[in-house]
Amino acid sequence: MGFINYNFDWSVLWRHPYGELLIKGILTTLHLSLLAWILAVVLGLTVGILRVLQSPPVRFFGSAYVHIFRNIPFLVQLFFWYFAAPLLLPASTQEWLYDNVPNYSYWAGVAALGTYTASRVAEQFRSGLLAIPRDQYRAAYSTGLTTFQTYRHVIVPYAFRIIIPPFTTEFLTCFKNSALTMTIGVMEVTHTAYYIDSFTWHGLETTTAASMVYLSIALCVVFLMSVLEKRIHIPGMIDRRH
Amino acid sequence: MDLGVIARNFPFMAGGLLLTFELALITIAGGFLVGVVLALCRLSSRSWLYYPATVYVHFFRGLPLILVIFWLYFLSPVVTGSSLKAFNAAIISFVLFEAAYFAEIIRAGVQSLSRGQIMAAYSTGLTQFQSARHVILPQAVRNMVPALVTQAVIIFQDTSLAYVIGLREFLRRVNLVDAREARSVELYLFAGLVYFIICSVGSMAGSRLEKRTKRS
Repeated sequence: MGFINYNFDWSVLWRHPYGELLIKGILTTLHLSLLAWILAVVLGLTVGILRVLQSPPVRFFGSAYVHIFRNIPFLVQLFFWYFAAPLLLPASTQEWLYDNVPNYSYWAGVAALGTYTASRVAEQFRSGLLAIPRDQYRAAYSTGLTTFQTYRHVIVPYAFRIIIPPFTTEFLTCFKNSALTMTIGVMEVTHTAYYIDSFTWHGLETTTAASMVYLSIALCVVFLMSVLEKRIHIPGMIDRRH
Repeated sequence: MDLGVIARNFPFMAGGLLLTFELALITIAGGFLVGVVLALCRLSSRSWLYYPATVYVHFFRGLPLILVIFWLYFLSPVVTGSSLKAFNAAIISFVLFEAAYFAEIIRAGVQSLSRGQIMAAYSTGLTQFQSARHVILPQAVRNMVPALVTQAVIIFQDTSLAYVIGLREFLRRVNLVDAREARSVELYLFAGLVYFIICSVGSMAGSRLEKRTKRS
């Protein structure tokens, strides 16, 4: 049995230079997924609202966005942004890109993860909007608010509180999906774990550590969001967790 | 645009699609079976069944699939002394991972029934097994079919991750063709279109089933 022959060496997790690499990898995972998440929320809220508006072409655009991004594997989208998207730009812009953006793979990762997560956020947001009683709209309109004002002051703040639990899940999905950016060369934590193995043959320790990183960050996020959820809970609504 | 690149390499890429389907079907069947066992443990009142299954589900749901693949890839030689074949490694990590998601769908399906159903079944004198077989499961399965179809579509997309351990499924082959022909735009648009068509058919079947379940 190989088990006996394997010498665990956990020091690869902190020994120079691997310790620094792992910390850098964890930080890259964090800021990449946060940037992508910001993009996803901005874009997702917009697309989510488009999907519930009255105008048919606008609704069609919204649902086309969601269907295209949800029915193509994220990995394909990632490759598209990394390999194909620069080729669609004019030659001069391409040159500028290769000369001035050394970490293009990082930005391709942010763009791919952000636009993909936006389609999921849009769906969650739409179901949040649809869960709002029609009377809220009627009441807002009857006080003389415009469509924009109605959404800005009544519907969106209301919907935000309903969608906190699904948004927490979506953020964690975004955070986990960031691991796929390793396929285009981004040095996030999964890639770092794999990379250290090629020097040390101790990939089991590093991937185990990476797993613990994902699990503990997920635990922290879930805990923080449940505190937030209790704080801004809408009074009079049935408790969502039975 | 040079669509000839797709025509020239079509048989090669189609062969990869076959492997993609094979991976997806085995994962769906295996993941569902393991998922049923996990869900039953999660619903059990016996703590020695409930806690391990709960830890399992949360553990795998908290990790990216790609990391599970690598982890198994590093772990298997340590445990068995020899490394796994890429195909087996992919299947094992997919099944272990997707089972956690199936388990939650099945558990939610069972829990969506009112407790009155179980009480009524018991009070007519059915045994625990008979109640599950004739009363609970038929209703629960109907409730969870849309979610199961959605999960199947997700699994179909997830098989593209077998790429990272060098399995020549559809995406890997598109990638190989691109490495030779340098036609990224055409090839990745084509790959996207193929996945889009297959997954859309699946998604549409799912939402049709959902409407039918809601009506009845």
